Amino acid sequence: MTSPGAAQAPEAAAEITERRLHPVTPLRRAWAPVAVLFGWAVHDPDGAQRQLTRLTTTTLLIGLAVLIPAAALYGFCSWWFTHFAVTGNELRIRTGLVFRRTAHIRLERIQAIDVTQPLLARVAGVAKLKLDVIGTDKKDELAFLGADEARTLRAELLARAAGFAPETAHEVGEAPVRQLLRVPPGVLALALVLTGATWGSLAAALVVPPVLWLVTHSLWTVLAVALPLLGAAGASSAGRFVAEYDWTVGESPDGLRIDHGLLDQAHETVPPGRVQTVRIVEPLLWRRRGWVRVELDVAGSSNSVLVPVAPRALAEEVVARVLPGVSVPGPAALSPAPRRARWCVPLWWRGYGLAVTDAVFAARSGLLERSLALVPHAKVQSVRMTQGPWERARGVADVCVDTGANKTVRARLRDADEARELLAAQAERSRTGRRDARPDRWMA
Amino acid sequence: MDTGSPQNTWLVGPQGTVEAAGGEPEWIALPPGLLRMRRLLLVVWLGLIALAAGLLPGLLAGPAWAAFALPPLALMAWGWVMTERNWRSWRYAERADDLLISRGVLWREETVVPYGRMQLVEVTSGPVERHFGLASVQLHTAAAATDATIPGLDPAEAERLRDRLTELGEARSAGL
Repeated sequence: MTSPGAAQAPEAAAEITERRLHPVTPLRRAWAPVAVLFGWAVHDPDGAQRQLTRLTTTTLLIGLAVLIPAAALYGFCSWWFTHFAVTGNELRIRTGLVFRRTAHIRLERIQAIDVTQPLLARVAGVAKLKLDVIGTDKKDELAFLGADEARTLRAELLARAAGFAPETAHEVGEAPVRQLLRVPPGVLALALVLTGATWGSLAAALVVPPVLWLVTHSLWTVLAVALPLLGAAGASSAGRFVAEYDWTVGESPDGLRIDHGLLDQAHETVPPGRVQTVRIVEPLLWRRRGWVRVELDVAGSSNSVLVPVAPRALAEEVVARVLPGVSVPGPAALSPAPRRARWCVPLWWRGYGLAVTDAVFAARSGLLERSLALVPHAKVQSVRMTQGPWERARGVADVCVDTGANKTVRARLRDADEARELLAAQAERSRTGRRDARPDRWMA
Repeated sequence: MDTGSPQNTWLVGPQGTVEAAGGEPEWIALPPGLLRMRRLLLVVWLGLIALAAGLLPGLLAGPAWAAFALPPLALMAWGWVMTERNWRSWRYAERADDLLISRGVLWREETVVPYGRMQLVEVTSGPVERHFGLASVQLHTAAAATDATIPGLDPAEAERLRDRLTELGEARSAGL
């Protein structure tokens, strides 16, 4: 948990060694005054134009002479006043020159650790480290650390979170990784080519601007519409390829390792027992090849892809490692919605299906893009049954399970009596499922 | 109060555990205060609208135009019946390990929250609610979608529920 302004524990204060971020950090902060100036120019273009015409070389030089040291000073101060320290069970981040902010992040509450390296950071040999805990945000990331330092810090944080004794925690080192899956670039490219969204955005970017030109003959309108469309098309095709390039999923005693990226690299570690939901998505055009995408929900984490593309059998193996003791129910194991449900959701009612095993609640939905969501019983926060008037007339109801990652998995259009039994049984299972779940400190 | 004393509907076991007297949960309905409050708000607001809709055209364009007041009045009559149906549909039950909340007439919803998953219990009471001697209890779990609120409780009952839920939540705490 983040507790800004929390008082430091008096007995621990003696042995805490506070550290600073990497000395490259001020350069990143130095952009702030430039960004403010740019923001003002965009906000008020006429005023900026007038000011620019009045500028002479002398005033420009004076301005630069003031601005650059000011930016440097700001960057230096924000770096100088940012400290972090690892204590027995907390990561403490102390920052702020004028407005002081202290965040104490409890290590046993870690949901995931991300080490990311944007392109420029890779050139400079530095990395960002972020702890995903519920409630943390951008301010709580450590940017930047030396690349090696980030890796050792991650290992130390994971060792402490796992429950190793504090005095040995920094000697445990990196846990060995066993590679589970690696997506070849060719497969990734073909998978993106076979994705409807890629073609949709590309078609929109190619069709809409000419049509708009014919209708309006206004260059600015066309540009204003075409640029975002082109951006979206680029992001959904080339952008995704670059981000998901060399996607590697590994397994280590510290949990799941996800590494990916061509230019910006990201390395995510999800400790055991943190995964709230796994979704196996099967787009229409991938079905012939038997490929699936696997998504996961971790509380407080923004990343949601586990495997961008993989053959079903391989993906199911990975899922079995992520959710121990879970086997993915096949299409035959899912019980479909009753036939009378076709009056509630025409056509798409065929897509709905549900299977409840000892370990998971698995609900399938979608007709063209099939998606099977698996929720371990231990991760269910609450169970709801909803029934609209139209559903009641047909004797069907929906059962929703809410997970800690703020996602809801719906088993739609179940028989009303079955739904009522399911509601009671699921509440019972989610309560007892917790008992044999692993502890927060997974090595303890 | 038509809820009766909630303590009487529960049997306290030898280890202080609480069990339901029967297999079916003991549902507790909401006190009538909420219905009174909602009806008063309905009458006040729709009454004002009806007055404005009837008086203005009636005075400016002729008495026949005062018929514009009829739709708000019809709405008020319909709302009068509907608020009661909605109020009747709300009920909750404390079971040994979870809390049940059931509500809705056309769109029914039944929520089950295991005590161990509760992160926080909140008792709120706005100025109008306070005037009618009402308070709402809201349960928060780690999932924002949970939406387990019991409106219009007697403040004493709300506080009892809060204390009991907190106590049970601590005993069965399970977190994420």
